[in-house]
Amino acid sequence: MSTSSFGLELRGGGSWASSPGFLRRLLRRPLAFACCAYLLLLVGVAIVAPVALPATNGEFAGDLASIHQGPSLAHLLGTDAVGRDVLDRLLVGTRVTLVGVAEALLIVLVLGVPAGVVAGYFGGWTDRAVAWLSDIAFSIPAIVFVIVVISVFPGSMLAAMTTLGVLAAPGLMRVVRSATLPVREELYVEAAEIAGLGRPYVLGRHILPRITGVVIVQASFLASVALVAQTGFAFLGMLVRPPAPSWGGMVADGTKLLFVDGWLIWPPGLAIAVTILALCLLGDAVRDAATESWLAPEGPARRSPRRATPGRPASPGTAALLSVEGLSVGFATRVVDGVSFDVEAGQTVGIVGESGCGKSVTVSAILGLLPGAGRIEDGRVLFAGQDLAALSERGLGRVRGGEIGFVSQEPMVSLDPAFRVGHQLEEALRHHLKVSKVAARARAIELLETVRLPDPETVARRYPHELSGGMTQRVAIARALAGEPKLLIADEPTAALDVTVQAEILALLRELKASRNMAILLVTHDWGVVADICDRVVVMYAGQVVERADARALFRRPLHPYTRALLASDPHHAPEGDALPTIPGIVPSPARWPAGCRFHPRCALAVRACGERPIDLERATVGRQTRCIRFEELAA
Amino acid sequence: MVPEIDVQLDQAVPDGIRLRIGDGPLAPALRRLARHPVARVVGRRLLLAVPLLLVVSASSFLLLSLTPGDAANQILGPHATAEQYASLRRALGLDLPVQEQYLHWLRHALTGDLGASVITGETVTRAIGERLAPTLSLIVGSLLVSVLVGVGLGLFSAIRGGRAGRLADALALAGYSVPAFWIGAELIVLFAVKLTWFPATGYVPVSHSPVDWLRSLVLPVAALSLYGIAAVARQTREAMLDVLASEHIRMARANGLPARSILFRHALRNASVPVVTVLGVVAVGLLGGTIFVENVFALPGLGVLVVNASLQGDLPVVQGVAVFFTLVVIVVNLAIDLAYTWLNPRVRVA
Repeated sequence: MSTSSFGLELRGGGSWASSPGFLRRLLRRPLAFACCAYLLLLVGVAIVAPVALPATNGEFAGDLASIHQGPSLAHLLGTDAVGRDVLDRLLVGTRVTLVGVAEALLIVLVLGVPAGVVAGYFGGWTDRAVAWLSDIAFSIPAIVFVIVVISVFPGSMLAAMTTLGVLAAPGLMRVVRSATLPVREELYVEAAEIAGLGRPYVLGRHILPRITGVVIVQASFLASVALVAQTGFAFLGMLVRPPAPSWGGMVADGTKLLFVDGWLIWPPGLAIAVTILALCLLGDAVRDAATESWLAPEGPARRSPRRATPGRPASPGTAALLSVEGLSVGFATRVVDGVSFDVEAGQTVGIVGESGCGKSVTVSAILGLLPGAGRIEDGRVLFAGQDLAALSERGLGRVRGGEIGFVSQEPMVSLDPAFRVGHQLEEALRHHLKVSKVAARARAIELLETVRLPDPETVARRYPHELSGGMTQRVAIARALAGEPKLLIADEPTAALDVTVQAEILALLRELKASRNMAILLVTHDWGVVADICDRVVVMYAGQVVERADARALFRRPLHPYTRALLASDPHHAPEGDALPTIPGIVPSPARWPAGCRFHPRCALAVRACGERPIDLERATVGRQTRCIRFEELAA
Repeated sequence: MVPEIDVQLDQAVPDGIRLRIGDGPLAPALRRLARHPVARVVGRRLLLAVPLLLVVSASSFLLLSLTPGDAANQILGPHATAEQYASLRRALGLDLPVQEQYLHWLRHALTGDLGASVITGETVTRAIGERLAPTLSLIVGSLLVSVLVGVGLGLFSAIRGGRAGRLADALALAGYSVPAFWIGAELIVLFAVKLTWFPATGYVPVSHSPVDWLRSLVLPVAALSLYGIAAVARQTREAMLDVLASEHIRMARANGLPARSILFRHALRNASVPVVTVLGVVAVGLLGGTIFVENVFALPGLGVLVVNASLQGDLPVVQGVAVFFTLVVIVVNLAIDLAYTWLNPRVRVA
């Protein structure tokens, strides 16, 4: 998973990279280390204890003179009903318990891993067979089936645990298959195949290392299941013949004496629980270590104070509807740096720039919608005289939708897939306008008409997945209009749509702007859109505003080299037949913003002074600002 | 790590069923029915159920035929003469080849006749019927508790995050780690022996006294539910975190929907899809767990029946219970599939 331009690590779709340092990374976690140490210790006990304490298995191991003794120095965990030492029995009983787990685990791995890899790697009928098998296996009540087998082979732990392993194998197959599938698609695997390296080589060299993490996680989970089953059957007296000790059998012995001696079930019970816990924690640690690099820092965004520093009090008298003043936003590093611009009532302002310049973060910050650890570090967002950056989540809730509507760039995922379109509109209407259900329904149909959806009654009954991208975007716009906002923020509303639909959505926005006297703040990287609809333009580069101007003036004569380069690289403006001019280099990531003018490493006009000190946004002419010390040469 | 169930959306989408429908007068209606999502879900489950039941019954039958002593041995004991033995074998059909015995059993099983206990002579169907109530009460109760507590715990952990959330996670993990038969015994020590709030063992039929019935179920349900609570809590938490991070939730916030509606209508509704799927797995787990828990609390249910039958070599009973449990799993899975279809409109498109 790549790191996004915001410095946020994205979650999902991660692969189980099993780099050479994986084991080291795993054991560096104290918890994982403790789990491994404990499990190794158990294995040691299982090997040594029966040899070191040979008398414990015997019929007459106990000392009838000292029954039911509590823990003491002579008997660290006390003695049982016939005077046998509980600790001795616990240690000796470890072997039969672990052997049972090992038997089941071995069978699962031997059956599950190869079949899963084959199904994932070769696909076809093997894949279907595995899917079918796992469907069947998931529906078999395993425990009762093991009892059938025990009935036929009374007291045979091998038969019981083998059966359990066979029944659990299809589950592992499916997981291994899912893990193998993406590896197979990867280029280097294909390349290895084309290079004539045999399939066994590819399997061993490329696929097996990649599925190790998944297999370990599953193995530790399955071991815990096998442990529960082994101890459970031993508890029922179905696997281990007394007087031989086993953990489950010891719980059973203690259960018979619950009214006499409640202590006896503690040692074996805790031994089982701690071992399961260790297996679970180990599985978790392996998963975390393997996916370390792509996990988001913390769960849901907590709405802590949204701005690190207190803002200055709102100064009355700003005429603009929305006035962003010196807005700075940071995640781990600062990604938006002192951005200022105004949106007047009824005006359409475009924010332009390449991907990764901070446009979307800026508009998200206005409504307090920054993802994850993002927060406003400085600046104010004045809307109708109120500083949105200082508002609580509840206060923002009143502004969102009611005063400012928001439309995102991905219409297909911006509506709740589980509810009908009409229902979602009604919900917004009832919340914002406090109208009755019936009124909301009528109003929802009207809104769908407003956004020029044919047959609004039918559309209202549809689920989002039943609509096309263009239709969903119209619905999303309709929802944004539900609260009759004075400002509509549209974050690349046409980016995900095809060209003809783009034009229709733009036409709709233009129409809405005219008919409702609604201001629009539009994020785009399409100059065509800007020319089409915008009154003013804010050009952003590397987290800063580099130029602000009226749209027409900007097109006539850009006063910043970045704007000029952007305009020149617009396919609509390039002379036909020529290669499309591009801006050399890429937008620097926020951690690597250069000193001085952030554009100077890519700028054709850069001189030494450009890299020496930060450049201020200066007034160039009436209503125009630019962040360039050589703008006069551009103007000439 | 409570197991996280890997929910495969596409797997739950019923497809691949091709029914040949002729051109009769009913054809259009049939065709509409075949396209109906619910019919497809039911059809898919039933298509899976037939081989499943065959696999379970045939393999258990095959296993049973491997046993050295057969039912005739069990019934007559060691002192019977060879003639007595041979005639009983003939009477029971044990002299026939295995596959014929199986077909014979299958024909009877289809009419609800699962044979008779070789120990008591009681029919298996009757034995199951008599012991059904405690098991059913235990499983349904545990499933309810698992859902209520598990979803609550998972929601709390997902929404609160931080220290409280981690505490909820740790509780779920602890619940998963303690085996039901042990915690059951501990519950008896604490609540029955020391505090005497609940009876230690035994079962009171609901017809006898609803209050005592409930009291006799509290401890076993508590012991059995821990696993279900842990699994449901884990899945709820993961699903909620996934949904809360999704774009449609961000857009719901962006358009000013109140937090309560976002969390409990939009997020929970979408998160319930994987949670319902995990319920199927939990139900199968409870079916296994009930065998241990009934034996701890001496509840006269199917778990006690099957364990005693197994220890006594009463094979027809063991086999009957196994087939019955498989049937229960099939029904549970069908219910889960239907709930899934209802919750997830994307599956509903024909």
